[in-house]
Amino acid sequence: MVLTGASILIQVLQEQGVDCVFGYPGGSVLHIYDELYKAQDKVRHVTTCHEQGACHAADGYARVSGKPGVVIATSGPGATNLITGIANAYLDSVPLVAITGNVALAMIGRDSFQEVDIFGVTMPITKHNYMVKNVADLADTLRSAFKLAISGRPGPVLVDLPKDIQTASCEYVPQPRVERKNGLKASENSLNAALALIKESKRPYIYAGGGVVIADASEELLALSNFLDCPIGTSMMGLSAVPHDHPMNLGMTGMHGRYEASKVLSMSDLIIAVGTRFSDRATGNKQAYQLGRKILHIDIDPAEIGKNITADAHLLGDVKLILRQLLEHKVSRTPSDWSAQVKKVISSPDHRLDMPEGQLNPQSAIEAVNVRLLPDDVVATDVGQHQMWTAQYYHFRRPRTFVTSGGLGTMGYGMGAAIGSCFARGKRRTVLFTSDGSFHMNMNEMATAVSHQLPILVVLLNNQALGMVRQWQTLFYGERYSNTSLERKTDYAKLAEAFGARGYKATDMASLNEALDKALSYEGPSLIDVRIGCDVKVLPMIPPGGTIDDMILKG
Amino acid sequence: MQDKFILSMLVSNEAGVLTRVSGMFGRRGYNIDSLSVGETDNPALSRMTILSRGDDVIRDQIINQLKKLVDVKAVALMDKENTVSRELMLIKVNSELATQAQIHKVVEVFRAKVVDLNPTNVTIEITGEKSKLDAFVANLVPYGILELCRTGVTAIGRNSNILTEKESEEE
Repeated sequence: MVLTGASILIQVLQEQGVDCVFGYPGGSVLHIYDELYKAQDKVRHVTTCHEQGACHAADGYARVSGKPGVVIATSGPGATNLITGIANAYLDSVPLVAITGNVALAMIGRDSFQEVDIFGVTMPITKHNYMVKNVADLADTLRSAFKLAISGRPGPVLVDLPKDIQTASCEYVPQPRVERKNGLKASENSLNAALALIKESKRPYIYAGGGVVIADASEELLALSNFLDCPIGTSMMGLSAVPHDHPMNLGMTGMHGRYEASKVLSMSDLIIAVGTRFSDRATGNKQAYQLGRKILHIDIDPAEIGKNITADAHLLGDVKLILRQLLEHKVSRTPSDWSAQVKKVISSPDHRLDMPEGQLNPQSAIEAVNVRLLPDDVVATDVGQHQMWTAQYYHFRRPRTFVTSGGLGTMGYGMGAAIGSCFARGKRRTVLFTSDGSFHMNMNEMATAVSHQLPILVVLLNNQALGMVRQWQTLFYGERYSNTSLERKTDYAKLAEAFGARGYKATDMASLNEALDKALSYEGPSLIDVRIGCDVKVLPMIPPGGTIDDMILKG
Repeated sequence: MQDKFILSMLVSNEAGVLTRVSGMFGRRGYNIDSLSVGETDNPALSRMTILSRGDDVIRDQIINQLKKLVDVKAVALMDKENTVSRELMLIKVNSELATQAQIHKVVEVFRAKVVDLNPTNVTIEITGEKSKLDAFVANLVPYGILELCRTGVTAIGRNSNILTEKESEEE
């Protein structure tokens, strides 16, 4: 059948199984929105307050559902407002398809109204991007975009659609949904080298990254740990891959990781790194990280091998399949008392960093939420101290239940991401941990949450400061608090009510518990302003480029 | 070790490809000493030759990062022993009656070619490996170089070393 470009876009979205998109209308996407209107019973469109929120929502949707997120924005400012969201998805390998309108082809290059070269602008922050210049190429270009977004190491792809491409017509032939292109196993040679490395090892340490979550490989990862009787530490992106209460789970490694995770890593003789890129936040001092131990790097992206850490052996491909290969080959290690050593570190009370019980503080607040949520409920965060506390104290039990901005560290990510998360699983309960700094960045999306009556609980850890920067100023800048004491007069509970949500204020454990019970029994969005001190620190902390010997354990 | 090396690539003959490739180098802090690109017998593909430098880790990273670009269809690290590499230069030099003969002597020794001549200067074309061109320039400095342009290195494998799209996919 002959269809217009705008209509082809909506057809291909359905072809690809997309039933929910996020976006914001505008002059250059009017034709697309007209088609969305006609197809509203098939493709739901969620209008946010700002394109950045829409992009974060599509990202949150993708992380929770495992399906590609789709965001639509108009040309010019609409498109540029997506940039932070696209970069965020790029750094965390989130499958995202961004559709932007642009001025008509004949108007391009003339600095026309709301024209911006979004194709050029997004080149460094997308896996690939397209500008469609012929309507006959549109359907296949969109299919390629979906395929690229979900294949191999996932990531964002942008398709720019000039206005006249949306109105031009051509023949459209439906096609089946594109398949994820990968399923690659490791080669026999590399597998043998890896098996030999593990066999030599007495003290292996599994380091799990976000790739384990993306590849749906938690089960295989736990089986490997079980097989080798060895501990697992995770990156922040890999946190939800390992159930909190797993006996060999050491938790998050790195700058604000748990003492046990870093300590046991420093005792290991082999790191089996799975689906991770060895971020500087996770490794600290790279020389010390490698000194005295071998590295086996398992990843789907060949460019990650040797990029940050030199691998002694590597396995390239789908980590789920590779872990299965290792298990099938009856992977084994040199016998030792390793697991006893690990358990000794885990059970040692020496480095417990619990905050005081019975009083309102970040840990007690997060734990109060923790006991009230179900294993499948999603926890989102913004960026800063509250994010690290959430990573440290929340008990993640299932993969894809932690939605946080890892690589880019985007303050203002959380509100949009929480909205996307709700739509990913049929309005599933989502709790957003945020702070006064981050929440102020994109709180406008509270209005979106209210419009759709989403079960989002915003737990705002309010310390009246940009806490993480303040912490660095305390530790490394002689307590010169340059521009981090916010002194906002915002009444967050009233603000929530003004948006049409419910608002509460918690100043002690009793008021927090009461507010949580009320908020979580309400189906719609609510916010709790949780008052905490401005000098509570995220501990432990390994200063940038440091080792476990530099670990700061006391505030 | 900042070894020099030549990368040969097949890339889509499409808008933005040069930006994607050069942008990747710039973004990640890699060097491009020279870059040359032109169409191939297949109108859908261009052949790009990049002269770069860096240690083994950087070299491997460059190759792996290039392979991630959708428009890069094949990448080969050219083996020094088995590669024919050439560069073309046009160079304009001051020449007076007194120096003309000397310049012609240099041209002859380097097997270069005079392509334009007038009473005050001479334009010479020379093709060869990069080192030959560098030596040629050094020999002409005393006469006064007015301007020069070089194409950058282009290279092709000897014998049956052929860069094809398939080659990189198999890897």
